[in-house]
Amino acid sequence: MRPSQNKIGIVLLLVALCLLPFLSNNYWLDVATLALFYVVLAQGLNVVVGFAGLLDLGYAAFFAVGAYTTGILMTVFHWSFWLTLPVAMLCAAIVGVIVGAPTLRLRSDYLAIVTLGFGEIIRILAINLEITGSASGIYGIPRPSIGGYVLSGQMDFYYLILIVAVLAVLAVRRLGTSRLGRAWMYIREDEDAAEAMGINRIRMKLLAYSIGAVIGSMAGSIFAVKMSAIAPLSFSFTQSIMILLAVVLGGLGSIPGVVLGAVLVIALPELLRSVEDWRYLIFGAALVVMMLFRPQGLWPARYESTKASRSGAKKARKGDDADVSLDVEKYNA
Amino acid sequence: MDILVQTLADGLVIGAFYSLIALGYTMVFGIIKLLNFAHGDLYMLGAFVGYSLLSMISGSGAGLMGIIVVLLLTMVIVGAIGMGIERVAYRPLLLAPRLSILITALGVSLFLENGSMIAWGAQYQVYPVQLSHDGWNVLGAQITYTQMGLVLISALLMLGLHLFISRTLYGKAMRAIAHDQTACHLMGINVHKVIGLTFFIGASLAAGAGTMAGAYYGTVNFMMGFIIGLKAFTAAVLGGIGSIPGAMLGGLLLGMMETAGTFVFGGSWKDVVAFSLLILILVLKPTGIMGEKVTERM
Repeated sequence: MRPSQNKIGIVLLLVALCLLPFLSNNYWLDVATLALFYVVLAQGLNVVVGFAGLLDLGYAAFFAVGAYTTGILMTVFHWSFWLTLPVAMLCAAIVGVIVGAPTLRLRSDYLAIVTLGFGEIIRILAINLEITGSASGIYGIPRPSIGGYVLSGQMDFYYLILIVAVLAVLAVRRLGTSRLGRAWMYIREDEDAAEAMGINRIRMKLLAYSIGAVIGSMAGSIFAVKMSAIAPLSFSFTQSIMILLAVVLGGLGSIPGVVLGAVLVIALPELLRSVEDWRYLIFGAALVVMMLFRPQGLWPARYESTKASRSGAKKARKGDDADVSLDVEKYNA
Repeated sequence: MDILVQTLADGLVIGAFYSLIALGYTMVFGIIKLLNFAHGDLYMLGAFVGYSLLSMISGSGAGLMGIIVVLLLTMVIVGAIGMGIERVAYRPLLLAPRLSILITALGVSLFLENGSMIAWGAQYQVYPVQLSHDGWNVLGAQITYTQMGLVLISALLMLGLHLFISRTLYGKAMRAIAHDQTACHLMGINVHKVIGLTFFIGASLAAGAGTMAGAYYGTVNFMMGFIIGLKAFTAAVLGGIGSIPGAMLGGLLLGMMETAGTFVFGGSWKDVVAFSLLILILVLKPTGIMGEKVTERM
């Protein structure tokens, strides 16, 4: 596809998204809104996992930080929604640094399990603390307003999250092609080499983690006012996994891929309504099959298709004994 | 005094379960450096397979013998499943980037959890055997025969594992592979076979813990593996991941700390105690209590 065609495609997609509320019924509009939430969340996680290669299994925690900050500030202190948004982002960044600073020194699999534990801690805190409304959560979160206009309808929130999603996609895209983005990808591919080239890997990782947290908290804030009630249940481990699945399914580090992944993760279960119980089972199997046969995702990042990793996976698939001798460099490293 | 002894006794039982599960984490990590996220779900699977087997025989009256036969059978079945998982999902990815194999493990975990939910239902199932609550009164604390039995069985399993690893040829091969895979391969050891065996042992120990926990607590649920898997991992890290005595010690310590934490902070905070501990150890002393110093990039 030539660049000009590409641009026309994007414009057409945007026009279609803007017109969607007039074309579909309330049910599908709701699904589309949810899908857009996932686009924002998945883009945030894409910075962390896709660009910097940090497996974060507690990403829903930042979603929760955003939602609870907005919820508490609006119901207890009667702040305006627009004021809570920067505060929520700041909170998420601070929490990101607090969790990240000590743990980002760890190896990737340790980091995964620490973030998992952290996500659980946030959820248990939300269940047990007084201020978060314990297990029943916070309800009666007021609607935000712009000037005199109160955002209340489904369509209003659709447009709000659409704007945020477009902004998130643009921001992540810019980040990915910037100096910063290249530094992250370098770290993802080879940490030691990156450090040797003068990249401060801890700082870069921390930055990726915090930026991801900020984007996640933004989605959380809007989620709180859209739902007008939040409960710990929305921020479980499964939520983190679904966001991760969107990123992996679409293609780690690929912007259009992650958008596609987010839409699929939301739309597929809706289409599979009849097999409700089976959907996570199918997703689990999909993760495994995906990693075995198409580890780069449905829509892989263009610049990223590293020959080495792909041929490595291909060789590994045969799984014959001769391969074992090759592992050693990796595992003894 | 009685509270101290009671906490110690209760913690010992939970700790024994943690130790059994942590062994699987540690063995797999020691040999192929993979954190098997799906390991906790094998514990859950063990509880359910045990549940089904016991339901089948409980009609004809399950004695102590029956329970032990079921325990062993469950361990073999789930061990085979663990081996199958390794063959299908992990072996092809041994050379792939680390992120791929971690995500695969997550997928396996989702698959096992939801597969069990479909097979056995989402609600809590009541275990078909009830263990007795009689016991001795030791220094004012109530210690049941069941608790002693469970700790004894766990200790026997761990002793068996220890003997297997230190005395048999396969155990020797395992230790050798953990040390240097290439050299083992060159010396004619069938590396994949030994890795498969490691998964078998790890999975069957977790399944044994699952069946015992099901009988001890009385109810099982498809989500029970997730949290306990995380805790067992904490235990493995606490003891020093890759170290087998470390996993045993870590499990017991974590069980007791958690029971103490429950006593001090209240039941709803006990998971926070465990996970905070995990983060603290990883940050302060990633090698754990008995772990060797590994010169890998952190």
